[in-house]
Amino acid sequence: MIAIIDYGVGNLFSLKSSFACIGVQVKVTNKKEDIEEADGIILPGVGAFEDAAKKLRETGLVDVIKAQVAKGKPLMGICLGMQMLFDKSFEYGEHEGLGLIKGNVKPIADVIPSDYKVPHIGWNALQFKKDSPLFKYIKNGDYVYFVHSFYATDCEDAVSATSEYGAELTACVEDKNVFGCQFHPEKSGTIGLNILKAFAEMKEGEIC
Amino acid sequence: MITKRIIPCLDVRNGRVVKGVNFEGLQDVSSPVALAQYYSDNGADELVFYDITASSDGRKLFTDILCETASKVFIPLTVGGGINTVADFDRVLKCGADKVSVNSGAIRNPQLVYDAAKLYGDQCVVLSVDVKRVDGVFRVFAKGGRENTGLEAISWIKRCVDNGAGEIVVNSIDTDGVKGGFDLEMLDAVCNVVSVPVIASGGAGKADDFITLFKTLPKVDAGLAASIFHFGEVKISDLKNLMAESGIPARR
Repeated sequence: MIAIIDYGVGNLFSLKSSFACIGVQVKVTNKKEDIEEADGIILPGVGAFEDAAKKLRETGLVDVIKAQVAKGKPLMGICLGMQMLFDKSFEYGEHEGLGLIKGNVKPIADVIPSDYKVPHIGWNALQFKKDSPLFKYIKNGDYVYFVHSFYATDCEDAVSATSEYGAELTACVEDKNVFGCQFHPEKSGTIGLNILKAFAEMKEGEIC
Repeated sequence: MITKRIIPCLDVRNGRVVKGVNFEGLQDVSSPVALAQYYSDNGADELVFYDITASSDGRKLFTDILCETASKVFIPLTVGGGINTVADFDRVLKCGADKVSVNSGAIRNPQLVYDAAKLYGDQCVVLSVDVKRVDGVFRVFAKGGRENTGLEAISWIKRCVDNGAGEIVVNSIDTDGVKGGFDLEMLDAVCNVVSVPVIASGGAGKADDFITLFKTLPKVDAGLAASIFHFGEVKISDLKNLMAESGIPARR
């Protein structure tokens, strides 16, 4: 069972449905026991960083998630959930993240040409930077669906894929058993489903 | 590189797709769920579901169908039609919609765009606008293009973007149904004043019209059409190939 963390941010309908479509059992939950019992954890998220990080802390689940990650359980953050894995975000101020991956979250406007639109919205190709168990069923150049105005940076060692949008934007990150996708696999058609499938197949302790 | 998006639009009334469709291999041609799946499998980048139901029974049927579609089709889904309040946003977002398109609802209550953007984020709010030239001025029309609101279109669009609209669908009444190509002049005028994605609608009659659109106006992000896709006059997979051959970034 995969636990999808429910902390009152965003709509989990599509994420739940996409796991159902690939035959993976999920539980949308804010309970400690479910997270401890799960084979993997998904941290979703849309909206503003500050508000989402606050809501996540209010659930009291941050330490539970960290303890599971320390045990080697696979965790994947999606979109804002991915951004929250980092040390800090500079989205309208300066906010603390979970610090599970070294790096920061900054406005894409800082690095893209001024005639590029913000948010970065639409289908863009993944450029693999290293091998990842997450890419087991997809190939370099496959398209995924993005909607974001901020991006992860200062995290070179963790970047496993980027996308070109006037600059190389971080698309996937990974540090041991912690994974992140800036795009929405649950909205990226077959490619997205294949990423979720690869994640669901990961087992605690087998990733390094 | 980000690709140009191709978006089929499905008008749904009482749970069925309104315009007649005819595809080989698709048995129930007026089932929104089956058609959505067909388009998704054939390369559509996004789908728009437009609810043209008048009754509350029909509305319930629409949301049921939306839920069923969103549980089977995993590409972005925009929903429009009958969106007048924040509660309407909530109703369709809960059924798996990613974006919500407002048209007449925003004209009646311009605050709606602002309120919805604050609650759900700019990326969720799509302003759809029906525009027609009247004495050389672009005017916003309401009620499915029947009523001139008197609003000047470019300033209206700008105002909605300032209020938080994250994307604009520009539907030209002047070119809609004519099948002679998109309204390049109107789209250019819109692209010059907004920095959010612009989706062209109205006028596509053949695959080449999309090529002309993206070549002439590189700032346009997506092309939307209904009947030419429904009737099979343009196959999305063929259109994507043509785009790629013409040097337009396309997801294939």
